Amino acid sequence: MLELAHIRKTFNPKTVNEKVALDDLSLRLNDGDFVTVIGGNGAGKSTMLNAIAGVWPVDSGSIVIDGVDVTHLSEHRRADLLGRVFQDPMTGTAATMQIEENLALAARRGQRRTLRPGITRQERSLYRDKLAALGLGLEDRMTAKVGLLSGGQRQALTLLMATLKKPKLLLLDEHTAALDPRTAQKVLELSEQIVMQNGLMTLMVTHNMRDAIRYGNRLIMMNAGRVILDISGEEKQRLTTQMLMDAFAQASGESFANDRILLA
Amino acid sequence: MNISSLLNALPGAVAQGLIWGIMAIGVYITYKVLDLADLTVDGSMATGGAVCVMLMLNGVNPYLALLCAVLAGMLAGLVTGVFHTAMGIPPILSGILTQLSLYSVNLAIMDFKANQGINVTKYSLIVSQRNVRQLGFDNPIFVTLIALAVLIALLYWFFGRELGCALRATGANEAMSRAQGINTNIAKILGLMISNGIVALSSAMLAHYQGFVDVNMGRGAIVIGLAAVIISDVLFSRLFRNFALKLTGVAIGAVVYYIVIQIVLWLGLNTNLLKLLSALIVAVFLAIPHWKAGISARRAGKGGGLHA
Repeated sequence: MLELAHIRKTFNPKTVNEKVALDDLSLRLNDGDFVTVIGGNGAGKSTMLNAIAGVWPVDSGSIVIDGVDVTHLSEHRRADLLGRVFQDPMTGTAATMQIEENLALAARRGQRRTLRPGITRQERSLYRDKLAALGLGLEDRMTAKVGLLSGGQRQALTLLMATLKKPKLLLLDEHTAALDPRTAQKVLELSEQIVMQNGLMTLMVTHNMRDAIRYGNRLIMMNAGRVILDISGEEKQRLTTQMLMDAFAQASGESFANDRILLA
Repeated sequence: MNISSLLNALPGAVAQGLIWGIMAIGVYITYKVLDLADLTVDGSMATGGAVCVMLMLNGVNPYLALLCAVLAGMLAGLVTGVFHTAMGIPPILSGILTQLSLYSVNLAIMDFKANQGINVTKYSLIVSQRNVRQLGFDNPIFVTLIALAVLIALLYWFFGRELGCALRATGANEAMSRAQGINTNIAKILGLMISNGIVALSSAMLAHYQGFVDVNMGRGAIVIGLAAVIISDVLFSRLFRNFALKLTGVAIGAVVYYIVIQIVLWLGLNTNLLKLLSALIVAVFLAIPHWKAGISARRAGKGGGLHA
């Protein structure tokens, strides 16, 4: 379970660039919820994910993941609860390290790093199987530097790293936005497959309304730092992009005039 | 300018190059592995020698003194690391602050004298300039090669461990490292400590080799270290891909640097201009990747125009 209670975050407080990014945001996810998150630019979608991940401390409110109050834990100390995939394919992996080394780093998330071997033989064969399951041929390139991979391959690898140690919550932050449509589709399908197989509680930010409707069992829409729409179950299955746009206009009092979302 | 005087000077250049090679490996760890330019080394390159020589003058066993020198260097790295992580000071400035304070610290260690000699006839030195042309186990080239081999083996082992991998990950991608639960602040501090410990080891050995420690002996050390790293990049980047080989390449880079310096001196360059020369050479080599990128970008632009 994830519980966000009354989260506030203001960037550049008391300056001309002051921006209230999260405004009394509250949200509750149940175990196994696969929630897609949509909203215009600056709605606070990524900010919410970063707050959960602990990239910076929130101004007020509390964050509880699986019964653990992580509000005041630094980013690396709550990493064991989380799996994360980022928008930029460069962010999720270490380019100058090998594919198997990246996986080995992820396999030790939440453990004390000691003088034990950085990677073992059993691990290698496990990684080979997991990489083969991606269907990208990466199992034959395990000692290649990650920097040699394409954006899509890197996102698939990051996804595998994020879920290698089963996280309590998976955070997908527009993880297909930087990919070409066909690759994006593949990575999305792969994401759904991994989420379903492991029954992962997931928050997936997307700019694509159709994807937001197609994937997951619940959809939330954000605007101005809070949740303005929360639809799940059968109601979600009947959603159309037009309904979402109308709902946005109604809830926010402005029309959904964001090109990226309209076109998506 | 006769060739025999150059040949005569070569064994000394090689020995010195190897000792500085140890220091260059320390620089490699911060500059290449951690992706931090750490200027602490200009200070710790004198600290190691100061600690080692002063302890030996007070009757401490040379190997124990060497160990203490390494610990002193690690302490210097710790200070820079705390400046950078806990106090949020940019890495270059953190290094400069430690380096500056080390000048006073080094003088204090050396009883407030600018240099302290240690006589090879009275003390058992681990390496000495005096034996550089002798064949045998006390030849400084031989001893330093062994030290390098042990050091490289240790580092190769360490960076293949969980902790060492965490350090490499921190240098490669900090955001990713934190997302994988690595405390990047601790990783950076640890890396700076290891690096400066190695630099101090080199400093202590250099003090043995030349028979004295001087408060200024670390001045420009970072440039020499970078020169070695860059020379090794230019010469061996295609050849040496394995980590241990890369470290070996850096040590060879330092030797090449000292041989080149020796040749330049033999050609009649004023010794006082050496640091200018070193800085210019390093500047040019640091610029090469930048220039190359510029040229290929322009070519790509033109090519794109043709294919459009």
